[in-house]
Amino acid sequence: MDLSQSQMAWFNLDKLNNFIGIFLFTALIAWFIFHARHRSLFIRKIAGLSAIDEAVGRATEMGRPVLYVPGLQDVDNIQTLAALSILGHVAEKTAEYETPLLCPCCRSVVMSTAQEVVRESYIRVGKADDFVRDNIRYLSDDQFGYVAGVDGLMIREKPAAIFFMGPFYAESLILAETGHSTGAIQIAGTAEASQLPFFVAACDYTLIGEELYAASACLSRDPVQVGSLKGQDAGKAIILGAILLSCLLITLSQIFGWSGLEETIRAVFRT
Amino acid sequence: MKRQLPIFITFIAGITMIIQFFLPRLEHATVPPLGDLFLNWFLIIFAFAYILGGASLVVVNFSKIAKSAPGWGYNAVLLVGLFGTLAAGLFGGINEGSLFRYIFNYVFTPLSATMFALLAFFIASAAFRAFKAKTMEATLLLIAALIVMIGQVPLGQALWSHLPFLKGISLNILIDDWIMNGFNAAGQRAIILGASLGLISMSLKILLGIERSYLGGD
Amino acid sequence: MFWRLLNLDRKVIFLLVLAAAGIPLFFPLNIGIKPSQPVKNIYNFIEKLSPGKNILISFDYGPSTRIECAPMAAAVMRQAFRRGLRVVGLTIWPEGAALASDLLKRVGKECGKEYGRDYLDLGYKPGNEMAILALSKGIQTICPRDAAGTPIEEFPILSGIRTLRDFDLILSFSGGFPGLTDWITIAQAQCHRPVAGGCTAVIASQLYPYINSGQLLGLMGGLKGAAEYETLIGQPEEACLAMDAQGVTHFLIAGLILLSNLVFFATRKKKKRSGGA
Repeated sequence: MDLSQSQMAWFNLDKLNNFIGIFLFTALIAWFIFHARHRSLFIRKIAGLSAIDEAVGRATEMGRPVLYVPGLQDVDNIQTLAALSILGHVAEKTAEYETPLLCPCCRSVVMSTAQEVVRESYIRVGKADDFVRDNIRYLSDDQFGYVAGVDGLMIREKPAAIFFMGPFYAESLILAETGHSTGAIQIAGTAEASQLPFFVAACDYTLIGEELYAASACLSRDPVQVGSLKGQDAGKAIILGAILLSCLLITLSQIFGWSGLEETIRAVFRT
Repeated sequence: MKRQLPIFITFIAGITMIIQFFLPRLEHATVPPLGDLFLNWFLIIFAFAYILGGASLVVVNFSKIAKSAPGWGYNAVLLVGLFGTLAAGLFGGINEGSLFRYIFNYVFTPLSATMFALLAFFIASAAFRAFKAKTMEATLLLIAALIVMIGQVPLGQALWSHLPFLKGISLNILIDDWIMNGFNAAGQRAIILGASLGLISMSLKILLGIERSYLGGD
Repeated sequence: MFWRLLNLDRKVIFLLVLAAAGIPLFFPLNIGIKPSQPVKNIYNFIEKLSPGKNILISFDYGPSTRIECAPMAAAVMRQAFRRGLRVVGLTIWPEGAALASDLLKRVGKECGKEYGRDYLDLGYKPGNEMAILALSKGIQTICPRDAAGTPIEEFPILSGIRTLRDFDLILSFSGGFPGLTDWITIAQAQCHRPVAGGCTAVIASQLYPYINSGQLLGLMGGLKGAAEYETLIGQPEEACLAMDAQGVTHFLIAGLILLSNLVFFATRKKKKRSGGA
């Protein structure tokens, strides 16, 4: 866009609705974080997270490793960050039970980060010597090259528990079916809506959509994490209310011919 | 400092990108605009990540070969493939007719396509194993899945129009208007909204330094 | 017998799928294809564009998803060239560069078009969605040269094109991430350009909300979408050929699902009758 300074506005008014929305949402999160520091806030149980203990325990009893697949994107992807956060908790459990943890990564930076996350977890539990850096390895950037590598790992190592957390695409069913064929308990979590049906069909537990992002708060019970989760929920409630109210008002404006009201509502939600 | 500096950089870069979205005149106060500068830096760093990836691949696989770890032969094949393709591209070019393009067209492409084609088989076996009408929700899912699977292909559309008890029901309206644009779109919208709010919340936490898992542990 | 059916070996299912997908390729059924509205939207929009208008095509797929996305891209390009439109191609997938280049050259040659005047290949642009953002600010910054390394100033096709805002239509044929949703987020939401495209069938369902909200002009979902577009332009090719195989395979999978449910209910009934759990 070739705009001279004199023509350029200070504030892009077309984005005013976005700005108000973000400001409101940020304020909600800040408010709930403040409240979470002073009192306990309720979060419902997420079945997939409750099964983590069960899965790691099963692997320990069977003397087989735990396999953790953190998705196919880089650390700039929010789902990958959420997956690494859950990896920290899984790593604490495997360190406690002295169960090997295998974590094949699709990106080199994810591998480096995952190694640090797991190492910190092992140190936290007092099992720094048990940390094996080579268990967290980089396979390939290529989608199906990575999948072939993970499938090979599953068939050779025969993990008793498999976690699929993060962004997955077309390969999700290949991974889940191969994992099922090894007899492992499988817990998946992704915000990719198109892959959820495959994980739901093939895995024992699935974290759906934002449950992946909420997992970090649920596992750690850290007030900041819990507060931001409650803030998200409040944001959803506001959006739900806004949708219902807008539907009602637009319906009424269509019936009674209030075109001004309809235009106003459309302008408020215009992108 | 090892943790404070990345958090500071994240905050500055994030705030700059937000400012350039809402306050165009402030963003253009610097020359070049800071947002554009950070964007260019990101693109350069992104390209360098491939080098980091390649180096990690070499180190990990070479150490397995050196230790004669189980299956080290496969690691050797990987490194030969990696360096061979790299050499082919560097010395022979990547245009049509080059060795690099030959490897891409006749080795990499069929292998990738084969892996993707496996999905058809896995979908069939997963569907046979898992799609059972054990609950009311599963039954509804099953019915919708069967209608969409049959109705979306020309063979199904042709058969539908010949079945006397189904002829009266327009398949296009059933699939497009009711299932895809109705139930499916509503469900997808809900998941997109929820996931987007989670994304915004996570982004805010990263920007403000609350979420630090990307730095490697607490 | 029920127990054996319930625990049918996966290899039997795989063989059935192989037969269902393979046999129709040799014995085609030649059933007519009815285009759906989301596909017609793209076709109608391009038909209304006057000659000389510019469209940007992003070939965001790799070898694995080529079979679904390439026929769509080819069909759209054929229509665009027939209408006298100018096509600029690029990709934000590294493995898409060679595929995009081959397809542009093949279709361009087939339609008798001249490189640099009627179509252009800008190659691979790293950065995922950041590359799209950079394009929205200035094409010259991120694409100083075409895929072969020639400075873009030498190509008449780009005269008057500075940013994404100068394109009359932006299409993305996407096999996953990054892809169509990123083009919608930046090219449509920020640059207010009409965005359409195609994707693999598995992600098509999650793009319907964007069609409903008007953010996505039209959508070709999977091989069926490609076959519909080939039918609309009157040039059935590989997508139409493959639809028979897809149809029979769908019927097979539906049949397997029905069989597994029949067996499931039969064994459940048997267990109840014999007093089992």
